[in-house]
Amino acid sequence: MDNMFASNNTLTAYEKETRRIEAGPSGRKPRRRLSRRNIIVYGTLIVVALYYLLPLYVMIVTSLKGMPEIRVGNIFAPPLEITFEPWVKAWAEACTGLNCDGLSRGFWNSVRITVPSVIISIAVASVNGYALANWRFKGAELFFTILVVGAFIPYQVMIYPIVIVLREMGVYGTLTGLVIVHTIFGMPILTLLFRNYFAGLPEELFKAARVDGAGFWTIYFKIMLPMSLPIFVVAMILQVTGIWNDFLFGVVFTRPEYYPMTVQLNNIVNSVQGVKEYNVNMAATILTGAVPLVVYFVSGRLFVRGIAAGAVKG
Amino acid sequence: MTSVSVRDLSLNFGAVTVLDKLNLDIDHGEFLVLLGSSGCGKSTLLNCIAGLLDVSDGQIFIKDRNVTWEEPKDRGIGMVFQSYALYPQMTVERNLSFGLQVAKIPQPEIDKRVKRAAAILQIEALLKRKPSELSGGQRQRVAIGRALVRDVDVFLFDEPLSNLDAKLRSELRVEIKRLHQSLKNTMIYVTHDQIEALTLADRIAVMKSGVIQQLADPMTIYNAPENLFVAGFIGSPSMNFFRGDVEAKDGRSFVRVDGVAFDVTAYPARTKLQPGQKVVLGLRPEHVRVDEASEGHEMHQAVVDIEEPMGADNLLWLRLAGQSMSVRIAGQRRYPPGSTVRLSFDMAVASIFDAVSENRL
Repeated sequence: MDNMFASNNTLTAYEKETRRIEAGPSGRKPRRRLSRRNIIVYGTLIVVALYYLLPLYVMIVTSLKGMPEIRVGNIFAPPLEITFEPWVKAWAEACTGLNCDGLSRGFWNSVRITVPSVIISIAVASVNGYALANWRFKGAELFFTILVVGAFIPYQVMIYPIVIVLREMGVYGTLTGLVIVHTIFGMPILTLLFRNYFAGLPEELFKAARVDGAGFWTIYFKIMLPMSLPIFVVAMILQVTGIWNDFLFGVVFTRPEYYPMTVQLNNIVNSVQGVKEYNVNMAATILTGAVPLVVYFVSGRLFVRGIAAGAVKG
Repeated sequence: MTSVSVRDLSLNFGAVTVLDKLNLDIDHGEFLVLLGSSGCGKSTLLNCIAGLLDVSDGQIFIKDRNVTWEEPKDRGIGMVFQSYALYPQMTVERNLSFGLQVAKIPQPEIDKRVKRAAAILQIEALLKRKPSELSGGQRQRVAIGRALVRDVDVFLFDEPLSNLDAKLRSELRVEIKRLHQSLKNTMIYVTHDQIEALTLADRIAVMKSGVIQQLADPMTIYNAPENLFVAGFIGSPSMNFFRGDVEAKDGRSFVRVDGVAFDVTAYPARTKLQPGQKVVLGLRPEHVRVDEASEGHEMHQAVVDIEEPMGADNLLWLRLAGQSMSVRIAGQRRYPPGSTVRLSFDMAVASIFDAVSENRL
C-alpha cells in the first residue's frame, strides 16, 4: 500500500516488478497425454481387464447362440442369429430331476433364504459389536475372543453337529433352519466388523450421550445407527454375496424343494442325461451370478456416498 | 455448603492404580481447575465424578447426595468434552434438546430452555445447522449449550479449549469466565494449560500421578508453590532453580551455589534454615531485578547469553553460578548478547525447597 503514496520513481520500479512476475508461467500445468508412463499404465490395465472379461464375453455370446451354431465351434465369434430361447429355457423350463420349471424356483428359494438371513445376521451382529465396543461388560474380552476364534474354524467340521442340533430343534430341512445356520456363521466376521467400526467412533460421543441420559438402545438407535451407514452397506454386501453364493449349507441343510439357486444351477449344468445344452447352461450361470453383481453395482455407489455423508470431523 | 465432595476415591485399571485415596471438597459456585500434564489422572477423576467410570473404592457426593453408583444422568451434572462430541447427524437444536427429550420433558419447556441457552451463548442463528457446518469455536459453544440446557448444578469441562487455535482459545476462555460469573454454578475444569488454570480458577488442584500436589488459589500456587513439582510446572518460562547448601554468617543466612552466595535472610522460612542443609532455591524470572540499585540487596554480575524480545516484555537468558537462568524485564529495555548486567533478588517472594523431600521450607 505504501506504493500509492510513493514517488514516481518507486512506482515504476513497482510496475517493473509486477511485469516480471506476470511473464512467468501461468494457468494450468501442461500435461502430455501420450507419455511413456501413461502408455504402460493404461496398456497393462486394458490387457488385464480384457483377460478377466473374456470368459464373461464367451458366456454371454454362447448364451445367445442356438445349439447348431455352438457345434460349429467358434466360441469367440459373435452370434450370427441372436436368440433368447436359452435364457427363457434356463429360467422357466430347464429340468432338475422331476421338476421342469427352470431356475425360477431356485431363485425364489434363494431370495427367501438370503433376505431374512442378511437382515437377522446384520441386526444381531451390529448390536453385538456395539455392546462389545462401547459397553465393556464383564467377560467382554473372553466373549469376543471366542467369537473371533469361531471365524477360523472350517465350516466342514461343524456340519454334522449342526445337523443334529437342527434336527433336535425340529427345523432340519426347512428354510428356517438354513436361515439360522447362515445367521450363526455370519456372526464372527460381522461382529468383528461392527465392533471395530464402533470402536473407531469417538468415545466422547458415547459419553456425551450417557450424560444426556440415553440408555443402551437409545444410544444405539439415535446416535450410533445414523453414523454407521457405510459399515451397514459393507456388511450387507458381504452377507448378500456370501449367502447367495453359498452351496454347501444349501445342499446339506435343506430338502430338494428348498434348494437355493446355486444348488439348482449345479443340478442343471451337471445333469448327465440328454444333450449338453451349453447355451442354456451359460444363461443359467449368468442368471445365478446376476444378483451379487447387481448388489455390487448398486451398493458400491451407495457405499461411497455413505462414506462421504458420514465424514464429519471432530 | 459443599457442592461436590470426593472421599477416599481410588481407581485401578487391573494392577495399575490411577487414583489412590483422593479427597477433594468443592464449594458451591466454585470454579475448580484440575491441572496437570497428560496421564496425571485429572481426566480420570473428572470421569469418575461424571459417573462415566466406575470407581474401585471411595465415595462421591454431589449436593450432599451420595452419587457413587448413580448413572451420569442422575447426578445433576453437565459435561463438555474436548472433541465437542456433538451428534453429527442432528442439527444444533436437536443436539441441545436431545437429553431433554430422552428425559421426556414437555416440549414447551424444552423450547424455552434451548432458547435461553442459545441466547446466553449467542448461537440462535445456528440452531438449524449441522455440526459439520460450524467452526470450532461455534461447535464448542454448542457443546457448552448442551450442558447448559440440562439446568444442572455442576458443570464438568474436559479440556474444552484444547482443540481450538490460540486466538479462539483466549476468546472462549473469557466467555467461560463470564458464564461462570453470571450463572454461579459449580464448575470443574480439567486442563493442562496453566494460563487457563490461572485465569479461570477460584482454586487450582495441581495433580501428578493421581495425587493432588497442591490445592490453593492461583496466586498462592504461583507465589508459594508447595513443592518442587508445582514450582516447576507453573510459570512460563519456568522458575529458575539453584541447588546449594545453607550457610550462616554474621546472623545472616546464605544459599551457596557453585561459589555464588545468595543472601536469603529475607526469606520467610516456615522452619529455620539449618546450616549445611541441602536446598533448592527457586527464583521466578520476573522476581529478578536487573541493573537497579537497591538498598540492602547484594548485587551479582552476570553475562547476557540470549535475548528474546516478546513485545510487552523482554526475556534475558543469563549465566549465573555456572548455570543458565531466565530473567523477565520490561519490553523496552534491551540488552544485546554479551552485555554484563547486575542482578539483585527479592528473597521475600522466592521459594526454597528441601533438596531431599522437595517440599517448601
